[in-house]
Amino acid sequence: MRKLHITLLAATALLLAACGGTNNAGTEIRIDGSSTVAPLTAAAGELFRESNPDINVSVGTSGTGGGFAKFCAGETDINNASRKIKPEEAAICEENGIDFVEIAVANDALTVVVNKENTWATCLTVEELKTIWSPESEGTITSWSQVRSSFPDEPLELYGAGTDSGTFDYFTAAINGEEGASRTDYNPTEDDNVTVQGVSGSKGALGYFGFSYFEENMDKINAVQIDSGNGCVGPSSEAAQNGTYTPLARPLFIYVSKQAVVDNANVKAFVDFYVDNDDAITARALFVPLSEEQKAAARAAADEL
Amino acid sequence: MTTLINKTNHEHTPLALIFLSLLWFSLFTAATFLIILFGSLLLDGFSRLNGDLFTQYNNTVPVQAGARAAILGTLFVVSVAALMTVPIGIMAAIYLEEFADKRNRFNRFIELNIQNLSAVPAIVFGMLTLGVLQILGFSNKNIVFGGSLALALLVMPVIILTTREALRAVPQEIRAGSLALGATEIQTTFRQTLPAAIPSIATGTILAISRAIGEAAPLLLLGALVFITYDPNGLLAGFTTLPIQIFGWSSAPQEEFKTLAAAASVLLLAILLMMNGLAIYIRNKFERKW
Amino acid sequence: MANFSLAPTSKRRGEKVVRGILFSAAALSVVVTIGILASLLIPAVAFLREVPIVEFLTGTRWAPRFEPASFGVLPLVVGTLWTTVIALSVAVPIGLGIAIFLSEYASRRNRKFIKPVIELLAGIPTVVYGFFALEFFTQTILKSWLSLEVGSFSVLSAGFVMGIMIVPTIASISEDALNAVPQGLRQGSFALGANKMQTTIKVVIPAALSGIAAAIVLGVSRAVGETMIVSLAAGNRPNISLNPLEGAQTMTGFIANAALGDSRVGSVEYNTLFAVGALLFLLTLLINLISIRLVRKFRQAY
Repeated sequence: MRKLHITLLAATALLLAACGGTNNAGTEIRIDGSSTVAPLTAAAGELFRESNPDINVSVGTSGTGGGFAKFCAGETDINNASRKIKPEEAAICEENGIDFVEIAVANDALTVVVNKENTWATCLTVEELKTIWSPESEGTITSWSQVRSSFPDEPLELYGAGTDSGTFDYFTAAINGEEGASRTDYNPTEDDNVTVQGVSGSKGALGYFGFSYFEENMDKINAVQIDSGNGCVGPSSEAAQNGTYTPLARPLFIYVSKQAVVDNANVKAFVDFYVDNDDAITARALFVPLSEEQKAAARAAADEL
Repeated sequence: MTTLINKTNHEHTPLALIFLSLLWFSLFTAATFLIILFGSLLLDGFSRLNGDLFTQYNNTVPVQAGARAAILGTLFVVSVAALMTVPIGIMAAIYLEEFADKRNRFNRFIELNIQNLSAVPAIVFGMLTLGVLQILGFSNKNIVFGGSLALALLVMPVIILTTREALRAVPQEIRAGSLALGATEIQTTFRQTLPAAIPSIATGTILAISRAIGEAAPLLLLGALVFITYDPNGLLAGFTTLPIQIFGWSSAPQEEFKTLAAAASVLLLAILLMMNGLAIYIRNKFERKW
Repeated sequence: MANFSLAPTSKRRGEKVVRGILFSAAALSVVVTIGILASLLIPAVAFLREVPIVEFLTGTRWAPRFEPASFGVLPLVVGTLWTTVIALSVAVPIGLGIAIFLSEYASRRNRKFIKPVIELLAGIPTVVYGFFALEFFTQTILKSWLSLEVGSFSVLSAGFVMGIMIVPTIASISEDALNAVPQGLRQGSFALGANKMQTTIKVVIPAALSGIAAAIVLGVSRAVGETMIVSLAAGNRPNISLNPLEGAQTMTGFIANAALGDSRVGSVEYNTLFAVGALLFLLTLLINLISIRLVRKFRQAY
């Protein structure tokens, strides 16, 4: 009986102590959003930690859309985004009094990938990609031979981003012409790693995600070159930067809450670090770095905080 | 086992032998699977079973990654969960077993309820915790308190059930003797029955907590799948746990992360084995044979 | 406790308080259940205001977040059922076989080896099973050893490993049921000249049938509610196909996957998640009630 009392007292004491003592506003930076950008921000966090070991950075991957929902509710300090913020989302932010700054952190060559054993699809036109992914193809386009008659009759297995993903929004806008328009009978996920796994597992598989995921897994999957009318162009750092890899070249952003900067000085320190060391960070995470102009613009944006 | 076995060849008809071999086969399959599972995990994860696993945080570069935040998260979250649920679970079991009028409808309903709760899918407890945190006003659900709450609710029915079994095993004579000597019911319960049942209660509780250590589904809903590079330091801190870390690393396609997942799995299994061993030790050493 | 009237009639003062505390602890469980029902049903009802229940339960296209959205939950239910069926077809023969062996044939020495195997299998966390299914089982066993045309994610992989996970459940409850059959029945059978196999099959198993049924039903409940194995190994594509080599999404898989994305309170995604959760809870509730009934039947029989 006494033991019971003591345990209960200890428990209450612990709870109270822990409850009261934590005010993580100073040392914790909460980041969420795109799973494309997450590895980059995580790398930034790792490098930042070397000079600031007391600051705790946590990076979630709810997808660009999911991340914005949290960001605009004030739950996160920074949102990773692989597309620009939508007007509806900006409106919600404004409603909740969240003022933000958009900062480009890297370029991306959104890569279309196929299985290693896929020897036929080395280059696809934008039209063919549309055939594969448009809403009308749901249930009807199920074989590679329907994409191009010279392709073998291999079942088409599709993996891609889920609807909370900025990659999804960007890809559907660029390929299908309308953001969010896509067939639904594929394996959707907010975690691009799952797409890599899926594509590397079946001969007829096809998927899409950010360039860094391809670079990390070149031994498992092949990238498809994209022909948008000017010949086949493969994803690469140069192609992303000089504009030849269309329509799938895009900038990647972080959105920083001005409110968060006010509440926590470390947020600004982190963002400054991110912007000033962009080259080192993108090199570490295998992302496509910013051009000089983009860097200057990012610096200017960060100064607004 | 009966001693009336017919010693003639009647026992060894072909059909009977086939039957017996099928039984052996099912045993063999289960044992083989166990060996393959442990073996493949050990072989895969061997290279990362070193100090780094404990001291390094998760990292985008696999060579530098470790499970430090996850291990500490597990320890912290499960300890708080145990503090929440063990006292309440034991108290509830004491009431139901020693004081409740078993013919009372409401008490029977509570019993049925607890039996049902023990078989509810784990993920539902995550959803319940989401709802509770929402009502309590927490917009950010990835907090240690949330994880502990989910695990505590999940494990409570199991603790109640095993504690009741333990109490039931104490012979009525103990209670009768105590009452005969003039003790009240409460004195009897807390000074005679409960102490007698403690070894079994301890065993059951340890096993229930092992279950909590291995659970991942409810925590997924709380956003515990997050990249964290710090030690959790309070009830409102962000957290991740070892099973969730294994889940995250399993999903990563790079070979090195798979190795890490295997190593972390071995670590988790080792922790659980130790806890099971502890429970069995307590049971063997302290259990009283009535 | 109420049988003894030897309790003193005057209770000490603190006793009522202590009883009250203990009662509240017990009543807490009811609060938890009410909490579960409330937290699931409120968003589920909000969901059903948007989506008619007939469309939800009978529709065959599950695309809740796409434009245009479809909310037919059948693909998820089929995914759950299919993985459950595969899991049971592995777990029941193995589990029952082990139970029969332990109860009818095993010597004391054998038991010492077998029991730990079962307990070990029971103690492995489901996420480790899931990792094993995704990695070793799919890559090595299915692809290399059996050369099956299977992708990274398949119902077969998840279902099979889930079956192994359920073996301890089925084995231990079935063994209890078989043990509960009185020796008299066996001895009578032997006396009439039957051998052990005949006795087991014709006398013991039928006598223990409701307990074995309870074991299987509990196994079904665990399979239906399992999340980690299917999340890792079965894939994310809602699929009504019955081909076990393809991937599929189960109800639990959908909940886990959706939770990794956006789960804002009040949004359509949140409500959809909870609608599926409510369906899952009701399904397992039904299965559990059946199981409890069966257990009561077999415990009372003797």
